[in-house]
Amino acid sequence: MAGVADAPGTLSAGPLLDVQDLHLDFGGIKAVDGLSFSAHDGDILSVIGPNGAGKTSAFNCITGFYKPTGGKVLVEGNDITGARPSAIAARGVSRTFQNLRLFGELTVLDNVRAGMHMRMKQNAFDALLHTPRFRRSERQATEEANHWLDFVGLRGDRGGPARNLPYGEQRRVEIARALALGPRLLLLDEPAAGLNHGEKLELLDLLRRISALGTALVLIEHDMGLVMQVSRRIVVLNFGKQIADGTPEEVRRNPAVLEAYLGKDEESHADETEVPHD
Amino acid sequence: MTWNRKKAPTSADTPRARVLNRLLGERRLGWIGLAVALLAPFVDASNYSLSVLTSAALFVMLAVGLNIVVGYCGLLDLGYAAFFAIGAYVSGVLATTYGWSLLATVPVVLAAAVLAGVIIGGPTLRLRSDYLAIVTLGFGEIIRITANNLDITGGPSGIYGIPGLELFGLDLSSPVAFYYAVVVIVALAVVGAARLGRSRMGRAWRFIREDEDAAEAMGIHTYKLKLAAYIAGAVWGGLAGILFGAQLSAISPQSFTFLWSALILLAVVLGGMGSTPGVVLGAVFVSVLPELLRDAADYRFFVFGVLLIVVMIFRPQGLWPSQASERTPARRPEVQKEDAWQA
Repeated sequence: MAGVADAPGTLSAGPLLDVQDLHLDFGGIKAVDGLSFSAHDGDILSVIGPNGAGKTSAFNCITGFYKPTGGKVLVEGNDITGARPSAIAARGVSRTFQNLRLFGELTVLDNVRAGMHMRMKQNAFDALLHTPRFRRSERQATEEANHWLDFVGLRGDRGGPARNLPYGEQRRVEIARALALGPRLLLLDEPAAGLNHGEKLELLDLLRRISALGTALVLIEHDMGLVMQVSRRIVVLNFGKQIADGTPEEVRRNPAVLEAYLGKDEESHADETEVPHD
Repeated sequence: MTWNRKKAPTSADTPRARVLNRLLGERRLGWIGLAVALLAPFVDASNYSLSVLTSAALFVMLAVGLNIVVGYCGLLDLGYAAFFAIGAYVSGVLATTYGWSLLATVPVVLAAAVLAGVIIGGPTLRLRSDYLAIVTLGFGEIIRITANNLDITGGPSGIYGIPGLELFGLDLSSPVAFYYAVVVIVALAVVGAARLGRSRMGRAWRFIREDEDAAEAMGIHTYKLKLAAYIAGAVWGGLAGILFGAQLSAISPQSFTFLWSALILLAVVLGGMGSTPGVVLGAVFVSVLPELLRDAADYRFFVFGVLLIVVMIFRPQGLWPSQASERTPARRPEVQKEDAWQA
């Protein structure tokens, strides 16, 4: 795939994800302005920052949906900057979206099977002739899809269209789909958005269980309670720039972070009403 | 975003419709459809009705082929008749000018269809769907006009004297034998398209239709898969073209106008995009109805048009819409509980 350079040698020694001096400009606007951070195996890393700080843009650069205008993204030492999203997914990087992006008209099980696309062993002739290989791979896919739906604790109907599930359940399906890819690294874009208190507690538990599988987690999240409880490290962005990187304790005390969230008196931002007070 | 349908809640969502759909499983439905097709000549075996039935069967094949592109993958193709024309012309030229048997032309037609699919799909499938629709529309016209101007395709008068179908020394050129041969081939084509639709590849096509970005994020190379859908559609169209030439024994550029592409697309939309029983039903409807309306004489196409509008008003999802439904075995509740509490 274009842009994917196989560079053996730096395996496993370096970080799982290494973002180096990432830049993304939209015309004159610097959505991401020199972001660097890394994530290691088993990490739970949160990327926080006020609205419009460039968190989702950074995610989109890492997963190939935007082409960064500068900097590098390495996964296990391989440069994936600017590669196709599917090529990056093939490297074991999976993601969810800020606004649910399920395949609404398809069954819940099919949604999860999407994650297995790359691993399913069958071709068009197997499908046309319904060979034993086809049946086997379909059976395995169904079993595995059910396993992931159990894992995320889905209670609703799995055989019906995904759009029929309540919102919180759809969030679970999206995580199950991302997990079915068998990722080394899972990027979750605001997984707690729109969840009620009970669902947030279950999410916290789910995130810990995902981490226990050995999958590194990077999440964008606005719910500070969740972030502080689950993260091992926190990266704080403001106006596309990284303003802090450290443990939850360190970040909580960082004056630059407080300023970003509470604002300075002499500067009045257009989005003042959206500044969270917590 | 690919060419997305607006989902209005319809009667297809009611529990009664779901139960009905499950009762009429696709497999059982297929056998019923095949039985109807096989028994039809016993009702009326005049040459006229056999020709109508054969055309309807061919139309079914075209519609399930286009359904791969439009219904499964969500790519709006307005020039599908081009692949049909390529199949008919390639096999027609080889059979008349070079004296090949129609069966021998099949590999060449397959290769030509794949090639045409790659040539037209290669550059255009990178575009978002509105552009694709325009380019395919142009492609359909290019093929027709090329056939109109080349010597080898017989120019405006086309090719005549295409031999009838002969399979393994068996002469199938009589209307009845040809009809049955077509029914068998079309049945295989329908089953094949449906099977592709339920496979890993078919699911990937639907993922692309539903949300291209999310599909890409799941490791699906959307461009390659769209091209695969396009090529599959081309193959179905090309093979139908061979049979079309064999049925009429003469083809000309007038046989492959935009109206054909539009009618095939109409059959897919009318029947229910992505739904095999729907598309088969839609194809039969679109091809047979104008014949049934012959009594209305000059008003035939007027009545046809009004009926289509009425159908689309009352069944915007199509006559037999596709719907996501899978049988899921009853799950033991303790499994879920155990997982949910696992820390």
